[in-house]
Amino acid sequence: MRAIEDILKYSEEKHLTLPEAILAMDEEFSGVPEGEIRTKIFSRLKDMARSVSESEGNEAPCKFLPITGEPLRGYAERTSGGLCGQFILDASAKALEVATYNSTMGRIVAAPTAGSCGILPGLLFAWKELRADEYEDIERRLVDALIIAGAIGEVIANRATLAGADGGCQAECGAAAAMGAGSLVFLEGGTKEMVADAVALTIKSVLGLVCDPVGGLVEIPCIKRNGMLVALGALAADMALAGIKSAIPVDEVIDTMSRVGRAIPPSLRETSQGGLATTPTAKKLVGALKKRSIFEDQE
Amino acid sequence: MPIWDIIGPVMIGPSSSHTAGAVRIGRLARMCWGGELKKADIYMRGSFASTGLGHGTDKALVAGLLGYNPDDTSVRYGIDLARKAKLDYHFHVEDIEGAHPNSVRIVMSDDRRSVEVVAASIGGGAVILQQLDGFQVDITGSLPVVVIINKDVHGVVGAVSTYFAGHGVNIATMKVNRSGRGGMATMVIELDPEGARVTIDEIKAVHPAIERVIGIRGVE
Repeated sequence: MRAIEDILKYSEEKHLTLPEAILAMDEEFSGVPEGEIRTKIFSRLKDMARSVSESEGNEAPCKFLPITGEPLRGYAERTSGGLCGQFILDASAKALEVATYNSTMGRIVAAPTAGSCGILPGLLFAWKELRADEYEDIERRLVDALIIAGAIGEVIANRATLAGADGGCQAECGAAAAMGAGSLVFLEGGTKEMVADAVALTIKSVLGLVCDPVGGLVEIPCIKRNGMLVALGALAADMALAGIKSAIPVDEVIDTMSRVGRAIPPSLRETSQGGLATTPTAKKLVGALKKRSIFEDQE
Repeated sequence: MPIWDIIGPVMIGPSSSHTAGAVRIGRLARMCWGGELKKADIYMRGSFASTGLGHGTDKALVAGLLGYNPDDTSVRYGIDLARKAKLDYHFHVEDIEGAHPNSVRIVMSDDRRSVEVVAASIGGGAVILQQLDGFQVDITGSLPVVVIINKDVHGVVGAVSTYFAGHGVNIATMKVNRSGRGGMATMVIELDPEGARVTIDEIKAVHPAIERVIGIRGVE
C-alpha cells in the first residue's frame, strides 16, 4: 500500500469497507489469505491488551524516571477527568504505563516501534472502556481499527520511514499518533475521508519532532511523549469527525514528513548527540548511571 | 512490509535493535555452535557497549545463546538463567574501527573446539550474522541456511548443487567466497523453508573437500 488515496479509491470502487479493502489489498500483495491476516491482527490485539493489563501493575523501576501512570490515574479520579477529560487522561495513563513497561523489559507490541508502543494501546483500550456498553461486537471493531492503523503505518513506512534514526520522533511517536487518530475516526463511525484527514491533521502537528533520547535509552523523553501524543491523536480524530479537513492531502503530508525527516540533522536522529540528550541534567543522569558497572548483573 | 509487521513484533522491550535484535543474534550464534553452550566470551562494540546496560542487551544476548525467543518473558532474567544453565559467560568491550555501530563478537568454546561469530543488529529487530570463524557469511536468518567450508578445489559447488537438486530442495540464494584463509572457500546457501529436509552428515559426504557444514534454521 503506497498511498492512503489508493486505499480509499479501492474501497470505493469495490464497495468495500476500509478494513475489508485493506485486507483485500494486503492479500493481493502478500499472498496471505485475508482470514489469516485477520487472525494475526486479532492475536496482536490480544497481545496489546495483555501489555495494557500487565503494565498497570508493573513496579519494575526505570533507569531514570519514577512511575507516571499511577499519579495521572489518581488525579483523573480526584478531579473527574481534570481539564482534558476522562478519555484523554485514561488513554494517557495507559500509554505511559505501556511505554514504561517497555523500558523495564516488559512484553509489548511494537506499534509501529517499541519506543512508541504505548500510544495505540492507550487510545484503543481507553476507547473500549468509554464505549464498552454501546457495542456487542466491540472486539471485532477493535480488530478492524487495528487493521486500519496497520495500513496507515504501512503507507508511512513506504512513503517516509518508521525509524527514529532515519526520520526523528515524528516517524515513531508521530506515526503512532496518526495511526491511532485514523482508527479512532473509524471506531466513532466517521467516513473514510475523515480517517484520512485525521492522519493528515496529526502528522502536520508533529512535523520535525526530533529523536533525542537521554543516554540513548528509550526513557526520556520517550515515555512522556507516548503519554502526550495520545491527546494529539484524539483531538485530530475529533476535528476530522467535526468535518474539518486537512488543506494539504494526506499523502502529500506523509511525503513532507519524509522530506523533513531527512532534513533533521543526525545529532537529532537517535544518536543522543543533541536536543534533550545534551542538557546539563541529562549529562548528570547519564554520568550517575555509568558509575554503576557497565553490565550490572556481572560481578 | 505487511500490516502485521507494522503492528508488531511482539517483543520484550525496550529496543527492537538492542533487545529483540540482540536475542536473535544470540540464537543465531547458538545455532552456529550447535547444541548446548559451555562458555561464551561476548565482546560488545559501539552502542551495544555504550547503551547495553539500559537496553538489557546483556540479558538479551545471553537469553538468545540459551535458545530463547525475542517475545519470551524469560529474556529479562537472561543472566539468572545463564547461571542456572551453568553457562560460563564473560562480557568485554572492544573498540574496532569500521565495525557496525550495533554489533558484537561472540566466541563460544569448550575443551575441544571454539566457534567465533560477529553479528550486527541493523534496525527494527533485523540482524545480520556477518562473520563465522573469520569467513564473511552475511546471514540474516530469515531463511534456513547451510554454510559449507571446504578446501578450494574445483567441483565442490557443482556437487553441492547437484545434491540439493536431487533432494528436491530449492536454493533461494547461494554465495560462494574463496577469499577465505588457508586456501579455503565458503558457500552460504539459503534454502526455501518448505524444502529444507537435508542432513548435515549427508552434505558432508557430498565431496571429500568439504571440511565443515553448519546448518542454521531461520530465526523468527
